[in-house]
Amino acid sequence: MSQFIDMILLAFLIVVAVAVTRTLNLFATAVLTGVYSLLMACIFTVLDAVDVAFTEAAVGAGISTVLFLATLSLTTQREKAHHHYNWGALATALLTGGALVYGTFDMPHFGDPNAPIHQHVAPHYIDVSPTEIGVPNMVTSVLASYRGYDTLGETSVIFTACMAVLLLLQRERRGGASSALEGPTDEQSMQHAMILRVQSKIFIPLILLFALYVQFHGDYGPGGGFQAGVIFAAGIILYALVNGLEKARAIIPPNILHGLVAFGLLLYAGTGLASLFMDGNFLQYRALAHEATHGEHLGILLIELGVGITVATVMTSIFFSFSGRGRS
Amino acid sequence: MSEALGLYNYWIAIFLMMVGFYNVIARGNLVKKLVGLSIFQTSVFLLYITMGKVSGGTAPIAGAGFDTFSNPLPHVLILTAIVVGIATTAVGLALVVRINEHYGSIEEDELIAQEEGS
Repeated sequence: MSQFIDMILLAFLIVVAVAVTRTLNLFATAVLTGVYSLLMACIFTVLDAVDVAFTEAAVGAGISTVLFLATLSLTTQREKAHHHYNWGALATALLTGGALVYGTFDMPHFGDPNAPIHQHVAPHYIDVSPTEIGVPNMVTSVLASYRGYDTLGETSVIFTACMAVLLLLQRERRGGASSALEGPTDEQSMQHAMILRVQSKIFIPLILLFALYVQFHGDYGPGGGFQAGVIFAAGIILYALVNGLEKARAIIPPNILHGLVAFGLLLYAGTGLASLFMDGNFLQYRALAHEATHGEHLGILLIELGVGITVATVMTSIFFSFSGRGRS
Repeated sequence: MSEALGLYNYWIAIFLMMVGFYNVIARGNLVKKLVGLSIFQTSVFLLYITMGKVSGGTAPIAGAGFDTFSNPLPHVLILTAIVVGIATTAVGLALVVRINEHYGSIEEDELIAQEEGS
């Protein structure tokens, strides 16, 4: 049954992807990519990847759509029409695709429990991690503990990407220097849209509360710092969209926001250093407390908090930079 | 038939990857290229998550009454990749905004024409 649902959803995905390719309206493209991500999130749920589905729904259907729309509002909404097909590109794509399909004939079949991927380290994670780390959600144990270095690296990539966006978009424009910092005016924000305002007043506290739940319940159920961060940021972005950038900036001043971007990453790395000073290895949380699993719990809590803070503030400041850029 | 059923997910992932690929190489619009890139990216996510699925398994969260779980490792890799992906896409979009401010266009052929004209 679940494979049947999977197949139907994948067929929808194809339809949306083709529609994205065919349309010349970039506004439609952005909205369709939101639909695409939501479908993808459903497929991830069917394929048992609940943590991933969470992230994809919040990032793909939420934040990425908003960022694409913000870019379109700063550039153009229509793509230039070309009256001929690009046969060279089509042939390249078909050839590459054909070669890849040929490659799949050696792949283990869908859901095969004897596939090589399930024989390597995964059995260890599945069998041992609930007792060794003391956390039921194996995704959290692998993410935060077994592969803590990896996650630290990824958090730094997000941090670096945020720096790059700030460098690109925070600099004042040559020529119209003052217009860059004005932000949306009353008409541009949706302050006068009654239904949106009332709805957002009800939704935003729930979104933020849910983000905190996802953050701190991530050890026991699906969730964790990455998911919580993007959900929290989605709540703030919704507030900024409805009430205007200025009000959102008044609540979270940019200097505090930028400080928190760095703070989250430092909290992560600091937890690693703390375990180093307490006679463990870098990011070996069991050194943090007398009992191994207590240390693991504490370490995972701290680094997930660091990840959550960095991700939430990075997403928020990226959005602020885009929407603060004003109109060209 | 069972061959087709067993490989269906992979083929869809490859199709989506090629749709994204085509958009990246054939389209002149920079925003469309980035959309193509993110479709390409999600197709890889789909490939990984498909490989992690175990028949009859459940989400990898330990609980009483469950003993077959899907592979948690691809989930970890992809979960972080999604967030990194949006951060890097944002850098791309920021570049598009700056290019548009400088050249007044985000169509590749117009940008090349301006560069060669100057």
